[in-house]
Amino acid sequence: MIERSPIFDFITYATMILGLVLVLVPFWVTIVAGSQSLQEVSQVPLNLWPSGHLLENIQTAWARADLGPKMINSLIVAVGVTTGKIVLAALSAFAIVFFNFKARMLCFWLIFITLMLPLEVRIVPTYSIAANALLPFQTLLDTFGITSLLEMMSGVRVTLEWNLLNSYTGLILPLVATATGTFLYRQFFMTIPDELVEASKMDGSGPIRFFFEVLLPLSRTNMLALATIMFVSSWNQYLWPLLITTDRANFGTVVMQLKALIPAQNGTPDWNVTMAGALIIMLPPLLVVALMQRWFVRGLISRDK
Amino acid sequence: MTAITLSGVKKRYLKNPVVHGVDVTIESGEFVVILGPSGCGKSTLLRMIAGLEDITEGTIAIGDTVVNKLEPRERGCAMVFQNYALYPHMSVAQNIGYALKVSGMPRAEREAKVLKVAKSVGLDPYLTRKPGELSGGQRQRVAMARAMVREPKVFLFDEPFSNLDAKLRVAMRAEVRGLHRGLGVTSVFVTHDQTEAMTLADRLIIMNQGVVEQVGKPSEVYHRPASLFVADFIGSPAMNLVRGFFGEDGHFRHGKGGMIHLPTVAPSLVSQEVSIGIRPELVRRVPANTKDAIAAVVDYTEELGAARLIYADADGSRLIAVDHGTDALGTGMPIHLAIDEADLHVFSQDTGRRIELGAAQRAATNSRINA
Repeated sequence: MIERSPIFDFITYATMILGLVLVLVPFWVTIVAGSQSLQEVSQVPLNLWPSGHLLENIQTAWARADLGPKMINSLIVAVGVTTGKIVLAALSAFAIVFFNFKARMLCFWLIFITLMLPLEVRIVPTYSIAANALLPFQTLLDTFGITSLLEMMSGVRVTLEWNLLNSYTGLILPLVATATGTFLYRQFFMTIPDELVEASKMDGSGPIRFFFEVLLPLSRTNMLALATIMFVSSWNQYLWPLLITTDRANFGTVVMQLKALIPAQNGTPDWNVTMAGALIIMLPPLLVVALMQRWFVRGLISRDK
Repeated sequence: MTAITLSGVKKRYLKNPVVHGVDVTIESGEFVVILGPSGCGKSTLLRMIAGLEDITEGTIAIGDTVVNKLEPRERGCAMVFQNYALYPHMSVAQNIGYALKVSGMPRAEREAKVLKVAKSVGLDPYLTRKPGELSGGQRQRVAMARAMVREPKVFLFDEPFSNLDAKLRVAMRAEVRGLHRGLGVTSVFVTHDQTEAMTLADRLIIMNQGVVEQVGKPSEVYHRPASLFVADFIGSPAMNLVRGFFGEDGHFRHGKGGMIHLPTVAPSLVSQEVSIGIRPELVRRVPANTKDAIAAVVDYTEELGAARLIYADADGSRLIAVDHGTDALGTGMPIHLAIDEADLHVFSQDTGRRIELGAAQRAATNSRINA
């Protein structure tokens, strides 16, 4: 739609600039505060011009929050969730779109419904599964009386246990099992013309080959878009890592450490260090978005030919 | 070489029958065109041969092998699709060579073959391009090269030219014909375009509503249509078909009291409900006082350049005549038309099938078919 009206132009530009300012001001404050010394940052009102202490603040924050190992933890989780999600999404959408089986629609809806149940809503059951991932099987065994049967026969009581607390698996798996990616992939796979599928059948390629040699290359932009979203969202996870890691020293993520950087009630109000830490922590997702944004936009808007 | 034998082939989707039982043998090396209006089941039939659709009933054999249970890749068919169906992310060379790659042919051998085939359809300058950078005609050539490179036993074409413009279509038609002459591979071509069908086919299979109406050489189908449907479907302008019955006096009665004097045809068919058919180019304009002339009134004319079509009304029945005259003809003007009994086709109105007439008529059609 093209509209040629100076007033309309002015209004749209004004709105956009206002939006940009709203988004950028907090960033600016973070950078400014992060570069000031304790005295400067304690001034009221805050001086909105950066000062020269950025590097030392960053060093302090890095050391205080033990950001080195935590960065690696966060990276493992984010990359793990991203890859896991893409693999799961591509495979499940492949099954739903290209295979004709009876429970196809049922499967799709079961997956789709989970969109309405984000992690925050089902956090308690998810936690109890994570505490013992084999719990559902144990329940099944108990309900059908297999446990007692086995106990009677062998005298051994079967107790299945697989604890995911304080592990990378526990941090990653529950974040992988959501429907967004499957849905995105499904929508993309539906746009693949039937004739292309048939052509590959005629060329003699089986489903696996078709998946790897035709579908995956075609879905590259989709994959990158999904990777961007997943990386950022899993990097920013706070609630789930907080819940599942009691061993913070070994399995804590950087976002959790942000809390450790906030000055204590009666401690030194060194917000400059907090802000410098925040800068470090938001850098990786920022970089990912900056590098991927071209693909990201393309993957979400439409596919390139 | 490879013949294709369809026996009692039926297709049902859930409960809906789409193909009602087809028995046809396609000879080895033959170019057969399946022609029919959209929704007649012609594509379904082709896709059953290809293995892309299950066969509900009956058997399809390619060569001596019944292929009902075989996967598409095991049938030795190559197919050219309507929308080209090229892999958008692969270059032309990769597209052509994909089937060979899947079959595990070594790279060097594969590339040599791809190059050879690409050259034969004039694609060698474009091997590194993606399909998106090619024109429609070039894409169609890639699709054909992709089919050719596998050296299949059977070529299947599913309306391959319907996305091309008219001129390109004619050119591609000639190319396909040349290709078939060169390779001599059994080919099945599906189309709804009768010109395409007539020019390409060794034999035509004409389908309507899941039933084969007629199988025959193009000239046979044109000059001796086996049913009302075929008579009406083949030929442009369409055959004149006039419904009525023969009286005992040797007259064919039609429309609102119209009579055509047909003394030799009439006696065998007295009082049967029939349609008589005659090609517009065999309807002659004659002077008013000619014996047995059919009096008609001009509805309108269509100028074709080389000739003109006269759409006339003869006592409530529509007659079209191809006329080479140059006199002015306006709506409502009276004209007189004549036909030869030997040129006549008669179809039973009950069954829609052709009724064979006497020897004279057979001789006339035979001479046309063999011309």
